[in-house]
Amino acid sequence: MIGTKMVALGAAGLLALAACGGSSGGSGDSTPTATGNEAAPQGFTPPDLKALDKLGTPEGELNVVAWAGYAEDGSTDPAVDWVTPFEKATGCQVNVKTAPTSDDMVNLMKTGQYDVVSASGDASLRLIASGDVEPVNTDLVPNYADVFDGLKMKPWNSVNGVAYGIPHGRGANLLMYNTDVVKPAPTSWSVVFDQASPYQGKVTAYDSPIYIADAAVYLMKTKPDLGIKNPYALDDKQFTAAVDLLKAQNANIGEYWSDYTKEIQAFKNGDSVVGTTWQIILNLAAADKAKVAAVLPSEGATGWSDTWMVATKSQHKTCAYKWLDHIISPKVNAEVAEWFGEAPSNSKSCAETVDKTFCDTYHADDEAYFDQVWYWNTPIAQCLDGRTDVTCKDYGDWTTAWQEIKG
Amino acid sequence: MKAALRRAVGWVRRAPRRLSSVLDRHPRLRLALLLAAPMLILVVVYLGALAVLLLSAFWSTNTFTGDTVKTFTLDNFRDVVTSSTYRTVIVRTVLVALAVTVICAVLACPMAFYMAKVASPRARRLLVVAVLTPLWASYLVKAYAWRAMLAGDGVVNWALAPFGLRGPGFGLTATVIVLSYLWLPFMVLPVYAGLERLPDSLLEASGDLGAKAGRTFRSVVLPLAFPAVVAGAIFTFSLSLGDYIAVQIVGGKSQLLGNLIQGNAGAANNLPLAAALAAVPIVIMVVFLLGVRRTGALDNL
Repeated sequence: MIGTKMVALGAAGLLALAACGGSSGGSGDSTPTATGNEAAPQGFTPPDLKALDKLGTPEGELNVVAWAGYAEDGSTDPAVDWVTPFEKATGCQVNVKTAPTSDDMVNLMKTGQYDVVSASGDASLRLIASGDVEPVNTDLVPNYADVFDGLKMKPWNSVNGVAYGIPHGRGANLLMYNTDVVKPAPTSWSVVFDQASPYQGKVTAYDSPIYIADAAVYLMKTKPDLGIKNPYALDDKQFTAAVDLLKAQNANIGEYWSDYTKEIQAFKNGDSVVGTTWQIILNLAAADKAKVAAVLPSEGATGWSDTWMVATKSQHKTCAYKWLDHIISPKVNAEVAEWFGEAPSNSKSCAETVDKTFCDTYHADDEAYFDQVWYWNTPIAQCLDGRTDVTCKDYGDWTTAWQEIKG
Repeated sequence: MKAALRRAVGWVRRAPRRLSSVLDRHPRLRLALLLAAPMLILVVVYLGALAVLLLSAFWSTNTFTGDTVKTFTLDNFRDVVTSSTYRTVIVRTVLVALAVTVICAVLACPMAFYMAKVASPRARRLLVVAVLTPLWASYLVKAYAWRAMLAGDGVVNWALAPFGLRGPGFGLTATVIVLSYLWLPFMVLPVYAGLERLPDSLLEASGDLGAKAGRTFRSVVLPLAFPAVVAGAIFTFSLSLGDYIAVQIVGGKSQLLGNLIQGNAGAANNLPLAAALAAVPIVIMVVFLLGVRRTGALDNL
């Protein structure tokens, strides 16, 4: 009997460890507070926090949460390095933590161990509402003056006329395909939805509830009678249609990706041949000699407009502001934009790019182009498109649905 | 004054000896002091964490502020039981864990028998080292190595191509293969230890009585080695039940219980629901252990 007990205890211990490993997350849900792409009253009051009023001496350390490719220190490619010059100029030792999804970013920032974050629209307002980030004094960021007006004081980086961050850049989630297998070259998302069967088991998709919006963008054009006006504002019927589309897509999916190295490998090995991607994944896969190309499909796409934000609990705020100014300075902003493959936010960056046509290719100041892109946003119960006669599905519902879709 | 000082010094000097004589006369006190630190760690770190986890399963999350609401509710458990998604995934996870356990047992028994009874002492040492060596490499390295091998242009497909076959690709089959590979040492070692204790004379007696190898294995070796197989099965089963990384790497689009727990704790930030889901493997393990106990295998452990 002692044996029984010992074994039971041991098993319980193992399970406890396994469970601990599985539950590395902060508390706190998607605080649903976002609005649509248009500036609109935001319907929530952020915690009363003050921005920094003047810089002190750099604190010698800076902890960064960033998307892969946003804070390169030469370890990916020795020629790609804008962290080391910053460390030399300011004496702030930079520690970078890359996060695969917006949810991970929110959780990391909730730990209070990081100073700045490159938050997308589906994370920024959650961070503002929970008080994890504080307003930013743009006067302390001299390069802010040169940022495109089309990116300043937007619903995802400001609240009630108070700036909460510095615009970093923007881009679209593209459709990547294997040029040997997928012929003719696709121009529509239908190749991953209605007409995906030729590529059964080789279709890939982004592993996050926010991917439901990609289906909604497709339905906006293909099923106009659903009346979807904003892919982040889906009522019951619209949401069900998007979820059904994704459930049907699941039969053709080989694997979902959130780790970008996994997607590069999968395309390189031929395990995935078509699916959503970021420009940087395309660049790295192409550099790895994978036969891939990407396109912004005719239906438009989801995308991102990222914002550098400062943590409320940061102990290194001077370093943080120095970083904000550094990362959008014309030269560095151009380097990041070219490396990551997105439109820069600083209007003077276009003169600094290696490829002089870069800003035209990425439509840096082409607001008409970005009108086709639905920047990531947090879905909330009050419909973001302004409808008041129905309730929309909030991010909690999106998460549950996403688990059902994966089955 | 001087006498008092001398007395005090003498008392201090004799203190260790007095302490040791007290300990000598009270064996229970000795045991208590010896076990205090490990017991504290077991109770506070192991069981304490488990208790907090199970407690939070009865709370809920405020969807607006994201804070944990600390009022008693059974909603999380109702969601776990009623949702068909969760049910499917739980059944799938148990089947994967069972498959991994059976495969490990089938592979481990002949290996362990050879190591314990057939191999020369020198070869035996080498084989034990060979079984242990994979444990030195990181879990992730091994899982990613399998991802490379099972990939579309990987070694597995290359090796099978001359026979007109293709590997399983990424999916549940790949997950079972990789988990069996990862946990095999945890099965081999207990079975080996169990078989080593088996007296050779029993095998000889069985042979003298006319039993062939198969009969000896069925009637002598297996019943005596069964507790050891069960000990290994507890490891492989519980490790597979909680795994969520291998399936992310080689599982294609499939998700197991661990992925749901991770999704709820990480992406959805619903820690209470994740805790309720985490109670499922605990319940399964308890049922598994009770079932094992009925076979009597645990009495000989």
